[in-house]
Amino acid sequence: MIRVTRSAVIAAPVGRVWEILRDFNSHAAWHPAVGASRIENGEPADQVGCVRNFSLKDGNHIREQLLALSDRDYTSTYCILDATLPMRNYVATVQLKPVTDGNRTFWHWQSTFDVPQGREREFTELVGEGVYKGGFDGLRSYLQRDRPHVSGSSAQAVAGQGIVVTAFGGPEVLRFQPLEAEEPNAGEVLIRQTAIGVNYIDVYIRKGLYPMIEPPAGLGMEAAGVVIASKCAHIMAGDRVAYASAAPGAYATMRTIAGDQLVVLPHYIDDETAAAVLLKGMTAEYLLHRTHRVRPGDTVLVHAAAGGVGLFLCQWARALGARVLGTVSTDEKARLAATNGCEYPLVTRSYSFAQEVKTHTGGRGADVIYDGLGSAAAAENLAALALRGHWVSYGQASGAHETFPDLGAKSGTLSRPVLFHYTAERAALLEIAGRVFAALRDGILKADIRHRYPLLAAADAHRDLEARRTTGPLLLLP
Amino acid sequence: MIKVYTSSVIEAPADAVWARVRDFNGLPKWTPFVADSRIEEGLPADKIGCVRNVRLKDGGVIRERLLTLSDYDYQCSYSILESPMGVANYVATLKLTPVTDGNKTFAEWWAEFDCAPEKERDLAQGIGQGVFQAAFDSLKSIVGR
Repeated sequence: MIRVTRSAVIAAPVGRVWEILRDFNSHAAWHPAVGASRIENGEPADQVGCVRNFSLKDGNHIREQLLALSDRDYTSTYCILDATLPMRNYVATVQLKPVTDGNRTFWHWQSTFDVPQGREREFTELVGEGVYKGGFDGLRSYLQRDRPHVSGSSAQAVAGQGIVVTAFGGPEVLRFQPLEAEEPNAGEVLIRQTAIGVNYIDVYIRKGLYPMIEPPAGLGMEAAGVVIASKCAHIMAGDRVAYASAAPGAYATMRTIAGDQLVVLPHYIDDETAAAVLLKGMTAEYLLHRTHRVRPGDTVLVHAAAGGVGLFLCQWARALGARVLGTVSTDEKARLAATNGCEYPLVTRSYSFAQEVKTHTGGRGADVIYDGLGSAAAAENLAALALRGHWVSYGQASGAHETFPDLGAKSGTLSRPVLFHYTAERAALLEIAGRVFAALRDGILKADIRHRYPLLAAADAHRDLEARRTTGPLLLLP
Repeated sequence: MIKVYTSSVIEAPADAVWARVRDFNGLPKWTPFVADSRIEEGLPADKIGCVRNVRLKDGGVIRERLLTLSDYDYQCSYSILESPMGVANYVATLKLTPVTDGNKTFAEWWAEFDCAPEKERDLAQGIGQGVFQAAFDSLKSIVGR
């Protein structure tokens, strides 16, 4: 039996390091020896018992199972199930401890295992230096990679500018004015924002349709930027971050926000992509994997298939092996949907599509309908639903449902999901955002950003969005 | 029950740090606040159960009993029998762990105890920073490179 122990001090708070290491599939991002890695059966990477299946850059292949995980003790224990290396009975434990003197992290990594006689020295070196020491150095450079230089990181209120909704109404109620970001309290961070996403919900809020603000108030749900000051254990000054928050106020140059809402961006996601994609991408992720788990061969009907969420639903559902039908309002949008995975774009301006859906499915209807249309399309949706189908009403553009649909006619299931209920727990937020980033990296999701406006011209962005003059994401740039 | 936890990194190998701190009668040699120390009843300082009688530079006297001493784990724990601090059921542990990356030492020192609620904050601060961190700082200047 060989025992290998290595330990190191990492110049980052323990909460920050643990947030990376508790993800059993994160090693592909930070360990220099690890190639591609995935969790088998699509299980969450913090589910005890899950298996990570990965290759090493030297060509070897390993399957490891998570045996124990403790957010209380910052420990993770795992074993090798099979490997192309002659290692047997390998069990390893990672443990972190806070270094209170300097707010750093002590990282202890230990394992026991057997190898063929005579190869003990070789494998002690391989595991201790190649895997553990290499991992320490890899995580250090991962924490530093693409880190913008942040100077003067004082945690005080700072002057900035932003958009204020002066009263409910048209785009003219948006005023660009000085706006102070408050001094961060415990758990909060101060961000210098670099890109801000515009969503249709911003228009509803500006008009007063959603009772989420009381003018004068800020607007905007999503942005990316750089952390200037942090009073949050798992976020450091200098981190590149993004958020899709339930509280409006993103249209600003500087913002103070709860660190629990932030996602640290991987190096391969730039700020503009994050601000353009996070909210819509996470919506597509939970709709396709959580509200309903789309399987190969499912027939999926996506309404507003050329819209922000619609395009992502089409791209991702197609990649999952589904047959994708979509509704759009113009021929041009039909072409756009078609190039993004929508097999049958149906052009309709009058919410009439059930007959065509039936025709394209041999009379069966859609197994799942992603519906952002609302009350005006209710009867058609029920008609287009397959027996035992799932009708997912995630938006209500034409108004809220007034009557409960007669689901008994189809043994149908109706869901009314909201993104922020799926991301309320931080572990879930990180998992969903992580899958969106990986889908962008792997080319499953594509963000074609064509519309950028200076922050002070937010009203122009709203005018173009409402006039349907845009396709794909809109960004405001401070 | 209050728990106070302090940890630090000492720029010296764990063996060297342990050689300095394992002596239960050695506080005057490496902490800034102890005037003198003796082991009661003439017992050896590494006999489990021995009591150190420590006089602080501010004049206070503390009597502590050795509960654990492990040369294998670089760990020492002790309880307070008598002190001017106003604590009860006080048990503390000092533990060293080698940091292989750089050949230095991760040092942890924690205590659990009971006290009057209005004294909790001051005692936690006084023990965590005034005693444990102050001792680590002193240790760093003595054995650190």
